Amino acid sequence: MKVSRRALLAGAAGAVALGKTAVAQSSAPTPDPTKVRGKPSRALGQRAPMEKPQRQVRGGASSGTPHQDLYGTITPADLHFERHHAGVPEIDPKSYTLLIHGMVDRPTIFTLADLKRFPSVSRVHFLECSGNFGGRAGSAEITPQQLAGLTSTSEWTGVALATLFREVGVHPKATWFLAEGSDAAMLTRSIPVTKAFDDALIAYGQNGEAIRPEQGYPARLFLPGWEGNANVKWLRRIELSDRPFMTREETSKYTDPMADGTARMFSFLMDARSLITYPAYPVTLTRGWIEINGIAWSGSGKIQRVDVSTDGGATWTAAKLQEPVLSKAHTRFRHLWNWTGGEAVIMSRAVDESGYVQPTRETLIASRGVGTVGYHLNPVTGWRIKADGAVVFKQEQWG
Amino acid sequence: MSADWSVDWGADRSSPPQRTRRTRRVFENVFSVSTVSSVVASLIFGIAAHLWPIRVAAQSPSQPKQPTTFGIGRPATPAEIAALDVDVGPDGVGLPPGRGTSAEGAPIYAARCAGCHGKTGKEGPNDVLVGRLPGDTFPFARDARAPKTIGSYWPYATTAFDYIRRAMPPDAPGSLKDNEVYALVAYLLNLNDLIPADAVMDATSLPKVKMPARDHFVPDKRGESKTPRRSKP
Repeated sequence: MKVSRRALLAGAAGAVALGKTAVAQSSAPTPDPTKVRGKPSRALGQRAPMEKPQRQVRGGASSGTPHQDLYGTITPADLHFERHHAGVPEIDPKSYTLLIHGMVDRPTIFTLADLKRFPSVSRVHFLECSGNFGGRAGSAEITPQQLAGLTSTSEWTGVALATLFREVGVHPKATWFLAEGSDAAMLTRSIPVTKAFDDALIAYGQNGEAIRPEQGYPARLFLPGWEGNANVKWLRRIELSDRPFMTREETSKYTDPMADGTARMFSFLMDARSLITYPAYPVTLTRGWIEINGIAWSGSGKIQRVDVSTDGGATWTAAKLQEPVLSKAHTRFRHLWNWTGGEAVIMSRAVDESGYVQPTRETLIASRGVGTVGYHLNPVTGWRIKADGAVVFKQEQWG
Repeated sequence: MSADWSVDWGADRSSPPQRTRRTRRVFENVFSVSTVSSVVASLIFGIAAHLWPIRVAAQSPSQPKQPTTFGIGRPATPAEIAALDVDVGPDGVGLPPGRGTSAEGAPIYAARCAGCHGKTGKEGPNDVLVGRLPGDTFPFARDARAPKTIGSYWPYATTAFDYIRRAMPPDAPGSLKDNEVYALVAYLLNLNDLIPADAVMDATSLPKVKMPARDHFVPDKRGESKTPRRSKP
């Protein structure tokens, strides 16, 4: 049997002291792992060296989740999308405070330790930037990450905002609250108090660990099913009021011009959407059975059904949904398909428990106008399979 | 003891924290509290089960009801609130003392803003701030290129003060004095033909500036329709 130089080196390293050469070698796959002692335990795990999923960085203010590289529904925290308006601040958890004041009986300052003393809750929810649509880029060569990378799902842990609102004694006539971040944008949004008593959280945990800096460390507002921008990160202050504050983010930004000449404001709800993550650009298919799969989600609740078409929308079949189907969370759908060659267009269409059906581009434009801009675009999208198996994005004309 | 005592406290987590801490401190060097609790519980329920077997079976231990308040956090003083409470409402609530005019704002704009927003507020490269549309139309759903300026799209003049004071300029956010912010707002409103060149902007005058886009904004109603929901997306 031929013994490689690398195996000899690695074996020697076990008996002698670990030299620099051996350490460098040890990160490469060994030819036969049953013949070389493996690595010792370590304090912090790492991905397998060959696995290199990356967020797609778009300028300095956002980066998208690599949906095409992921399985299931939980987004690894270091691949959760990010979007910020003045960079990611560094906040000392020991000096962090959250002030709640305004129309309350007891204006109160909470430390991070205070927040963690309250009864906690953990829930799995998606988060999505309302500008999460890359389908107008004018290219067929876009990945699921480029098409819809600004959504991710995590298990969020924190204190129910209702618990804090009872603690400070919110006035019955308070109808809105301002949430303010401690980033350099001091980003602010006005949120209806009803959401606080519905399902809002002040989250400090993400997938079992402290929330990541890009997601608002040490604590953020989390509003299940509502547009990302309103989920104020690095939360430092909440002010109760009886009217919205009309901040820049909810007037000049994050509003939706409509075909009827109005502009919709406080459009928090993220409507149902689905995305096929396999097969998708830049995959090339070989003939045979393929599991088409992807994710679907809705800010209105659970995904009820995802329809898949393999003939460009002429016929649709209900896909299998991976249990458990959770409310306001990414839901994995799967559909078996035998690709026998030839051109095809595969598409997906989500239906949520409110009965809402993911709209087509035409439906969206009828409502929003051809000039409709970047927010709340959730059209049915598809991938075009070429005769040679190459997969590209099915482009559509936008205004 | 660290502040995370509640994590393993189980059913007693909602008790007032001071009492809970003392209680636990007494026991923690002898037994774990849960051990003590279960021993006590076993004794009580064992005796009770002997005497009233049927009733006890119906009374399994349950979670206590969450109290309205926990007594966590400390009162915020008026000074602490004032130090953070910088927001300005559409009615002008929160606007500070001070004043500024367009003439005072012009040199501040040139020095601090023009690099990103252009010499006259129209050139970019960042957000276009200046420009009205003929007849103050609202073509944004038809025409994605129509510039959403302060004059064409912003519904409230107060928003400009609030945003500039909290976030601008990006290389030194929060560095502008209140009078400078008033002056910049006056300059931008004047460039948009929303106020006369000699208008003074202060806490009284700014909320009164009429914004052409104001009446176009309507609240979103998508979430309010009944199921099944097929309203306009």
